[in-house]
Amino acid sequence: MFRRFHEKSSVNTSAAVELRKTALNSIHRRLGAKMVNFGGWDMPLEYSGILAEHEAVRTRAGLFDVSHMGELEIRGPGALQLAQWVTCNNAAKLTVGQAHYSGLMTSLGTFVDDLLVHKISETHYLLCVNASNQDADYGHIVANNKFDATVENAGPRYSQLAIQGPRAKAIVQQLTPVALDPIRYYHFTFGKVSGIDCLVARTGYTGEDGFEIYFAPEHSEKLWNDLMHAGESAKMIPCGLGARNTLRLEAGMCLYGHEIDDTTTPWEAGLGWICKMEKTPFLGSDVLARQKETGVPRKLVGFEMLDKRIARDGYPVLIAGRDAGRVTSGCPAPFLKKNIGMAYVPPQSTAVGTDIEISIRGQAAAARIVPIPFYKRPQ
Amino acid sequence: MYPTDYRYTKQHEWVKVQGDAGTIGITDYAQHELGDVVFVEMPKVGAKLTAGSSFGTVESVKAVSEIYSPVSGEVTETNPALADAPEKINTDPHNSAWLIKVKLADPKQVSALMDAAAYQAYIAEAAKEHSA
Repeated sequence: MFRRFHEKSSVNTSAAVELRKTALNSIHRRLGAKMVNFGGWDMPLEYSGILAEHEAVRTRAGLFDVSHMGELEIRGPGALQLAQWVTCNNAAKLTVGQAHYSGLMTSLGTFVDDLLVHKISETHYLLCVNASNQDADYGHIVANNKFDATVENAGPRYSQLAIQGPRAKAIVQQLTPVALDPIRYYHFTFGKVSGIDCLVARTGYTGEDGFEIYFAPEHSEKLWNDLMHAGESAKMIPCGLGARNTLRLEAGMCLYGHEIDDTTTPWEAGLGWICKMEKTPFLGSDVLARQKETGVPRKLVGFEMLDKRIARDGYPVLIAGRDAGRVTSGCPAPFLKKNIGMAYVPPQSTAVGTDIEISIRGQAAAARIVPIPFYKRPQ
Repeated sequence: MYPTDYRYTKQHEWVKVQGDAGTIGITDYAQHELGDVVFVEMPKVGAKLTAGSSFGTVESVKAVSEIYSPVSGEVTETNPALADAPEKINTDPHNSAWLIKVKLADPKQVSALMDAAAYQAYIAEAAKEHSA
């Protein structure tokens, strides 16, 4: 037992390094969470169990501590120019109070990171980035800052909680005078929640309606406890990174280090919708323009297993018996009650319905290409 | 918690021996570390196992782990209940969620394994390392 065939290097359990802790670390431990090293952070993997937590978010609500996520702030007259130069989505289209998903690009048109860009004012953008990339992201943006703008690595000034699920809005509404209903998807506002100054964004990484709330770390325990209390009657439960992963995969969302990294382009990852070639040139846009012409060497697809076994990250994909690609993520999809995954395959083999096989510990297991997302919430 | 008439491995399997018959499963510590179990891959009845070699896998939502046989012997039965209800491993790992039964090649082999007290000391040490 426990000689794992496969476990992502970002989740290693070696105790050699001093792990970073969020302001809620002692609460997680008091709740009996199973803790893991996630990108150098001591984070809750699960409390009551991944399946129960996944179910709670799909049918009721779940509360996640995502304070490990990084925040970078760009300010100044050249803030938009800088955001436009280093990211691939068109930040000029954002209105104040709007956010979008984007990619932080290398000069090769590959991903330094994926991120959310929030437009706070004409001269101020808040970027929410992956925990393990935040220092590299900061260095990359600073190194490419030839504009009249400043960059702040603001992670330590923020805690972040995600309340996700069909009952999330009703739960948060109990604690705030801010009318939540008018906040559209991928928009945000500033206001008090539980008397605490917050940025309240209608965003998430689960495929459900919900909010991500940014605030000063010293208020973390109060806001966590007040939200848990407000969520009691709706049977909201605390959720860890395990459920966050199964939820995002079921919803067909990419995870840095799996579907995307500094070797993959937006075209390959099916993220053409965040890659706006019509805007001003950006880092890597010349390379991306060429790849758009010549075509991609591989494309990300979704698949479901026709076998009871589970495909995991790194397993080979076989097409007509030949090694044709790699699985990037795979897990049981608890809500859909099937085993799903995403994989890179040659561009000529991406059609929905294509029969493929996943090599699971040397045995070929049948699978079929299906559309992404696997799960779409009822409107 | 850990039955005193079982023997345990460092890889967190247990074996209960009655004469030359052994019943094998994974421990409560193992199921807790794995999290929600969703699938178990079993050997075929008649398969010959060697002590310390892998005879199957347990898949949880999060990861897949090999199961190592505590003893040498021949598989006489696999637990049919686990095909439709693998989650029983999370709720009753030491009893109804046994994995396989074997005819032992050498019943004396089990004396090399940990008893319940030694196993509990072993996992207490592992837990200390884990939280350090």
